[in-house]
Amino acid sequence: MKDYAYYPGCSLKGNAKHYEESILPVFKELGFALEELEDWNCCGATAYFAVDDRMAAAICGRNLALAEKEGKDILAPCAGCYLTLRKSNQYLANGSEEAQKILAVLKDVDCEYHGQVKVKHPLEVLIQDVGLKTIQAKVQNPLVGLKVACYYGCQLVRPFTEFDDPDYPVTLDQVMAAIGATPVEYSAKTKCCGGSLTGTIEEVGTQLNYVLLKEAKRKEADVIVTICPLCQFNLEIIQNKVAHKFKEKFDIPVLYFSQLMGLAFGLNKYELGFKRSIIPLSPLWEKIQRGG
Amino acid sequence: MEIQRKIKFEGELSRDFLDEIKEMSHCDEIDRCIQCGTCSSSCPMAIYMDYPPRKIIAFVKNGFREEALKSFTIWLCSSCYTCQVRCPAKIKITDVMYALKRKAIQEKVYPGQFTIPVLAREMYRMIAKNGRSSELWLILNLYLKSWNPLGLMKMAPTGISLLKTGRMSFKKEKIKNTSQLQKILKAVKEDGQ
Repeated sequence: MKDYAYYPGCSLKGNAKHYEESILPVFKELGFALEELEDWNCCGATAYFAVDDRMAAAICGRNLALAEKEGKDILAPCAGCYLTLRKSNQYLANGSEEAQKILAVLKDVDCEYHGQVKVKHPLEVLIQDVGLKTIQAKVQNPLVGLKVACYYGCQLVRPFTEFDDPDYPVTLDQVMAAIGATPVEYSAKTKCCGGSLTGTIEEVGTQLNYVLLKEAKRKEADVIVTICPLCQFNLEIIQNKVAHKFKEKFDIPVLYFSQLMGLAFGLNKYELGFKRSIIPLSPLWEKIQRGG
Repeated sequence: MEIQRKIKFEGELSRDFLDEIKEMSHCDEIDRCIQCGTCSSSCPMAIYMDYPPRKIIAFVKNGFREEALKSFTIWLCSSCYTCQVRCPAKIKITDVMYALKRKAIQEKVYPGQFTIPVLAREMYRMIAKNGRSSELWLILNLYLKSWNPLGLMKMAPTGISLLKTGRMSFKKEKIKNTSQLQKILKAVKEDGQ
């Protein structure tokens, strides 16, 4: 097994700082010394593919080449980066004339790429490389009685579907159960949060997130757990607008799975980015202290 | 009310459209569509669309160029890929939507009220210049370039809580080797022309 180069992407350096602050110590605890991919560039996200797919594949090709030079695979915690890098990897390997041209361009600027890099998401690594037993063994403070709604969103489980089901994935639920929490039957787990549409067409974004929040509330979840920066952002930020528009207050914390894992592993609670939550977390702390 | 013909004559259809989109989307299966509607019923955005995804595929298959390119549908697709993984004919519907967006931008026929092409363009410029995107600047540019100061005002409380929690900053992220990235972009652009 190759080592992983950590590819934060722009979000984990911006609004999703708490994802970075929790994923790194958790993976360190599990024996992965993650080093940031040297001089990585933005993956282009969904926007770039809408403008020019060749450009999108080329800028991702630079990242893939950088990782190949380091002899590593890529670990991408952002579902958007994960999908875009994987898509570009596939594009560059499809043997088409366009792909050949892009590879030649990369070679010309000392970024030769031979298709040797795999792109993985931390959840995928937890399931495939680490295993639930090892995770369980690391738990110091099981999150007994904490009801979690595991939200997978879209781009981690679709269209690449090798490690979990595209419609009803279960691996995040399994990880949460391994750290002692109780996953609720969250039937909206792969329903779209709207992605960047929450910023561009407000009406649509508010409605979609309302459905997700309502379902979490109906299942009496204490917290929504996410694996993607944009999902986390949307579900948290939108609660204000939803309260205004639908006259319904939620105040459901939206946290990264790695934050809860760190907590269960007994890592320093103050260094897992909880202070970055906009929704107050005090009910959550009370619940955890009470043990459900 | 003006009386207009609602049906297109065959001669008015765009014969090359299917092949263009097939090539752009790297999806050869478009004309295997059986119009089952699985895509439309899976789509979380379908309720907002002027034409559901099934009709868009039919437009592409049959050469209704303007109808497809001027539709709201392609800009409402959020890339959730639900239709794509469910399609029994294995049509990469999300990729087809991407191809249609690119085509609409190229032919400058997208509906004016959508800021999505603006977001795409601003992000593109930012990456070409700095190699990374800085969220705050991206959002500021998006609202300013789409002439929506009111939207920006409404975002202010959110912005403040993000600044307070250290999740947003005015710092511009930049990579070291911007010249390498710019060379790549330039060469790929020239190749495409």
